[in-house]
Amino acid sequence: MDKFITLTGIAAPMPLVNIDTDMIIPKQFLKTIQRSGLGKNLFDEMRYTQDGQEIPDFVLNQPAYRKAEIIVAGDNFGCGSSREHAPWALLDFGIRCVISTSFADIFFNNCFKNGILPIVLSQEQVDILMADAKKGANARVTVDLPSQTVTTSDGQTFPFEVDAHRKHCLLNGLDDIGLTLEKAAAIDSFEARNATLRPWA
Amino acid sequence: MTAPRTLYDKIWDDHVVHQAEDGTCLLYIDRHLVHEVTSPQAFEGLRMTGRKVRAPEKTIAVPDHNVPTTAGRDKHIDNEESRIQVEALDKNARDFGINYYPVSDIRQGIVHIVGPEQGWTLPGMTVVCGDSHTATHGAFGALAHGIGTSEVEHVLATQTLIQKKSKNMKVEITGSLRPGVTAKDITLSVIGATGTAGGTGYVIEYCGQAIRELSMEGRMTVCNMAIEGGARAGLIAPDEKTYQYVQGRPHAPKGAKWEAALAYWKTLFTDEGAHFDKVVTIRGEDIAPVVTWGTSPEDVLPITGVVPSPEDFTGGKVEAAKRSLDYMGLTPGMKLTDIAIDTVFIGSCTNGRIEDLRAAAAILKGKKIKVKRAMVVPGSGLVRAQAEEEGLAQIFIDAGFEWRLAGCSMCLAMNPDQLAPGERCAATSNRNFEGRQGRGGRTHLLSPAMAAAAAITGHLTDVRELMAESV
Repeated sequence: MDKFITLTGIAAPMPLVNIDTDMIIPKQFLKTIQRSGLGKNLFDEMRYTQDGQEIPDFVLNQPAYRKAEIIVAGDNFGCGSSREHAPWALLDFGIRCVISTSFADIFFNNCFKNGILPIVLSQEQVDILMADAKKGANARVTVDLPSQTVTTSDGQTFPFEVDAHRKHCLLNGLDDIGLTLEKAAAIDSFEARNATLRPWA
Repeated sequence: MTAPRTLYDKIWDDHVVHQAEDGTCLLYIDRHLVHEVTSPQAFEGLRMTGRKVRAPEKTIAVPDHNVPTTAGRDKHIDNEESRIQVEALDKNARDFGINYYPVSDIRQGIVHIVGPEQGWTLPGMTVVCGDSHTATHGAFGALAHGIGTSEVEHVLATQTLIQKKSKNMKVEITGSLRPGVTAKDITLSVIGATGTAGGTGYVIEYCGQAIRELSMEGRMTVCNMAIEGGARAGLIAPDEKTYQYVQGRPHAPKGAKWEAALAYWKTLFTDEGAHFDKVVTIRGEDIAPVVTWGTSPEDVLPITGVVPSPEDFTGGKVEAAKRSLDYMGLTPGMKLTDIAIDTVFIGSCTNGRIEDLRAAAAILKGKKIKVKRAMVVPGSGLVRAQAEEEGLAQIFIDAGFEWRLAGCSMCLAMNPDQLAPGERCAATSNRNFEGRQGRGGRTHLLSPAMAAAAAITGHLTDVRELMAESV
């Protein structure tokens, strides 16, 4: 997993609420057995016509946002299916950070496993960032994970919360499985205890 | 004396392997269900790092998401990508020695129907799967939720998950349901009341007389859609109905282990005075048969209602409602019962169990469909066999339904069962998102009885009117 420390980039505005994982990556692209290559189909049905032509109005098709690295989104981003193909598609497109007032639980979790930072801010702060993002490519938003701040193109800074363990993993690009396997002895003793307490399990 | 605990607190406490100072826990996983779509990259990860599956005996795999539901699929799957995924699951199950139900096995079906049916899912367990509808298993008083593929790999390698505890939410349905109202109407009505993010950050415990009165099948329908309300999981405390459902299933405990299990399961309830961070109470008598009109599962209205106007909403929902109405091709003020239906889909992990097929067949008996096509996809091979034995299959076939093989099918339309652009479907599944059942497809979520009613009238219909006719 790539480290996430700081990021200064173009933010794409997506004010729609309840953007679900079927919108982020429709099911016809879940048939892959790989993690890579999904970026071209990110938001596929919003981004292309049925015959594969780009829909010019869609934000990521507009010249200012084709290289966006941040999405500022409406409430409850990532609701629906558990498909990790959603963060894989975002990452493959180049998105490293999503900012919203709220995220669906599984999607939020999946982001951290892939080096994407989801940030929850208040409605007022998201509104300011949405307006900033609408200014286009010259308005760069800065995300600083060590200091836990988001800074708009005109210098307004908002602090954000992030879980200490997840922050540590993102800053260092750490693999969770490796960390957990260091606790193998604790898992062994849980299993031994469980064999007595709940032998049917 | 320890402080009073909720059911969720108790299951959580019994599965903590390690707790870090910041509250992050390593939680032990009792059952890991696996399907073909969200697992290939996880097994590939194990191979690349030379890791093994820690507890293959607690890992159960079944292909369901993209398998065709037509005959001959055990010999050949036409779609190459689907075939590769199913073959990858075959190989991974073999290579890593995990329990497996291939498409040729009568026990194959939707993973969330197979787990309970085979007795893998038991009260008090932690159950995970790379699928958001894992919440279904909460009906047994098991802590069950969906995970992403990285977490699938984590569970395969370590039999644990890194988790932070959610908050406790209680959803109480008081009193009894009125005739024609079902578990599906409960779960949709709760989401209609709380919104799709109303449960975010919570584990929901469903309780109250109306929940107690539901069968295990109905309880599974309620918990299944907890995720649609944003909750991590939904739970229902086990009771006699639960024990009876579980007893005698192939992987349920037997003999002395059964007695020990039963004694433990009887401790699985929320203590008097335990704290809930959020409480929602709905009167069972107030719940009507409902349908969805929009493209979010929170867009729920009683069938007696009319299509809303965007101005009925506030905030970001105004634009979302405009977009939904445009996508769904509906006009504000139109009666819901005037919405003509092209296709009816009965099935899915929400409503693909035997009781669902019985409810639909009771409405369809002796009638013919007026929609262009109608399809029943039983949730498992065993549900299908039982429905054939009970004569339900013949009722569906005589009415004009296609009688399919088990799988997820048109719920997410990864296999050939898809809607065409503009095609309008009454579906017993769980999501009405844009494009969910096929690009441009329009989905109205409802109960199996309501789906059957729509099938025979050709439009959304209040099932209670048909029930009155047959009396």
